[in-house]
Amino acid sequence: MFELLGIPPQALFGQLLLGLINGAFYAMLSLGLAVIFGLLNVINFTHGAQYMMGAFGAWMLLNYAGIPFWGALVLSPIVVAIIGMAIERTLLKRLYHLDHLYGLLLTFGLALIIEGLFRRQYGSSGLPYNNPLPGGTNLGFMFLPNYRAFVVVASLVVCIATWYVIERTKLGSYLRAATERPDLVQAFGIDVPRMITLTYGFGVGLAALAGVLAAPAYQVSPTMGSNLIIVVFAVVVIGGMGSIMGAIVTGFGLGIVEGLTKVFYPEASSTVIFVIMAIVLMVKPAGLFGTAK
Amino acid sequence: MRLAAIFLAASSLMGAGAAYAQVPVKIGVLNDQSGLYADLGGQGSVWAAKKAVEDFGAAAKGLKVEVIFADHQNKADVGTSVARQWYDVDGVDAIFDTPNSGVALAVSGVTKEKNKVFINSGAASSDLTGKACTPNTVHWTYDTWALANGTGRAIVKTGGDTWFFLTADYAFGHALERDTEAVVLANGGKVAGKVRVPLNNADFSSFLLQAQSSKAKIIGLANAGGDTINSIKQAAEYGIVEGGQKLAGLLIFLTDVHSLGLKVAQGLNLTSAWYWDMTDANRKFADAFAAANGGKRPTMVQAGVYSGVTHYLKAVEALKSAKDGAAVVAKMKEIPTDDPLFGKGEVRADGRHIHPMFLFEVKKPSESKGPYDYYTLKATIPANEAFRPIGEGDCPLVKKG
Repeated sequence: MFELLGIPPQALFGQLLLGLINGAFYAMLSLGLAVIFGLLNVINFTHGAQYMMGAFGAWMLLNYAGIPFWGALVLSPIVVAIIGMAIERTLLKRLYHLDHLYGLLLTFGLALIIEGLFRRQYGSSGLPYNNPLPGGTNLGFMFLPNYRAFVVVASLVVCIATWYVIERTKLGSYLRAATERPDLVQAFGIDVPRMITLTYGFGVGLAALAGVLAAPAYQVSPTMGSNLIIVVFAVVVIGGMGSIMGAIVTGFGLGIVEGLTKVFYPEASSTVIFVIMAIVLMVKPAGLFGTAK
Repeated sequence: MRLAAIFLAASSLMGAGAAYAQVPVKIGVLNDQSGLYADLGGQGSVWAAKKAVEDFGAAAKGLKVEVIFADHQNKADVGTSVARQWYDVDGVDAIFDTPNSGVALAVSGVTKEKNKVFINSGAASSDLTGKACTPNTVHWTYDTWALANGTGRAIVKTGGDTWFFLTADYAFGHALERDTEAVVLANGGKVAGKVRVPLNNADFSSFLLQAQSSKAKIIGLANAGGDTINSIKQAAEYGIVEGGQKLAGLLIFLTDVHSLGLKVAQGLNLTSAWYWDMTDANRKFADAFAAANGGKRPTMVQAGVYSGVTHYLKAVEALKSAKDGAAVVAKMKEIPTDDPLFGKGEVRADGRHIHPMFLFEVKKPSESKGPYDYYTLKATIPANEAFRPIGEGDCPLVKKG
């Protein structure tokens, strides 16, 4: 049996697949960030907290209202998106004419407050959430849990649908136009502020959806978002701020790179993405898929 | 004659002053207040320290005790700068708790430099009373050697003789892996492999897969808190246990079991220094704790803070001063320990607090009467076997004989 760098090929396939699964979370989160940045020019640091709220939403729906995972998959993102839109309407809206930095500071502060409130209420070690799809399939080279397979498929569908809506439909063309020249689009009779609110809500909903998907696999804990958000920002920077396709492709790609690092040099698996980010910023500062403005 | 009268008056005044002046003692609880170890220590440890002061009746015994706390964020640099600030500026006499071995080892160094007192409950590394021991540090509740000796030995004895380690990649994980590996090898077992995982990792599937392909009978989890929770949860997902391999959580806290839920955690073996539902005194403490902390039950770390503060105050009371750290610790080693939670014991020359350890099994959901009713006692490891023999730790304070 041949071996590649000391790793049998079966193990390697397994690790590639696992990388893809983690990449699915990165892709969905960075997609939401990219949509929000692309259309609102806001660096949404609350994204991690909104991801966490999605997961807690699922937990609360189950424990307080008896709604199982599949219902939460739809309901929790909607609720979190509505909270997000309220934040946009009342707070973020006031900052659009200011520098990026103000939006960043506001969302960062909000993230800290939300996390603090959840930690106060639920503690830091997290809450259990049972796997809705137990069992799995033996693929020969690895055991693939049904739930993980579902996550990859669901995330791919959501990512491609989002990309299609923004890049290939009339609604998407309004959105893109509104980011270039909001005044002109408004003059054509389109309600730009409402569109921006809905876009923010959609981006936040994506984060919450990723959170619901994460609940059965990881631990539902107040800090789950802040651990992930920094990595996701690195993904967005590598892909190119605001690039939809860039966010999806780099999300999955970096998941795989990280997965391979976990085999060859596990100690570096938490830093490899940042090393890549540094290299990309040196070689192509606008990101792999970004265009310099 | 007049001069003598003045001297006499002055000395009697001073004498009276000493009788009435209270001995000031300032205790700092330095731990993780916001991260993955906040539930097992955090505010609960602060509460335990204050409760110990209250139960000790410090004011009536002439001690004026103040308890403050800070968050070290699991960063050694934050921990050391808080410790320096506390010792140099704020007049703190002793630091308690401090989970995270990396931070604990750093704070232990600062404490020795400033000649204060460091009584650790939350951290695990046996190096604190081994090669890094100091005359100013006491390690109270548990350590990696005791965990390995409890859980590790019990598992090897029941046939789990090949191991694969998932190790948290910092001082604590390394120490736990090293001490467990020694126990496994000493009892005729083998180590099939190990992987070093960065702290606070969310996804363990890759590492679990590596463990799976190693064919080892036992996957040893040399990690803690959220990392242990995620590894156990995901091991269930990947069918590790159905595949015939067993998990050995080498350090599992009550809060971890609570967080996992019994459905996932049932059947795990674990070693602990203390469990709330063992004696009436423990239950009384736990009830008071629950009333003040939103219904939660205390962990061994929080109980250890209580017990440690109690013994520390006894030593300060005997010396009538908290200022000379090495002297206080020497006194702590001299008088035997005795408190409602940890019972009778001693602090050894290397700074190790000696007491029994317990091997528990996590209950099935059907056996549990409700939240926090989680453990069944399997075995008691007597105090004289529970910790590393004093000559084997390479502690410079201990003369080899």
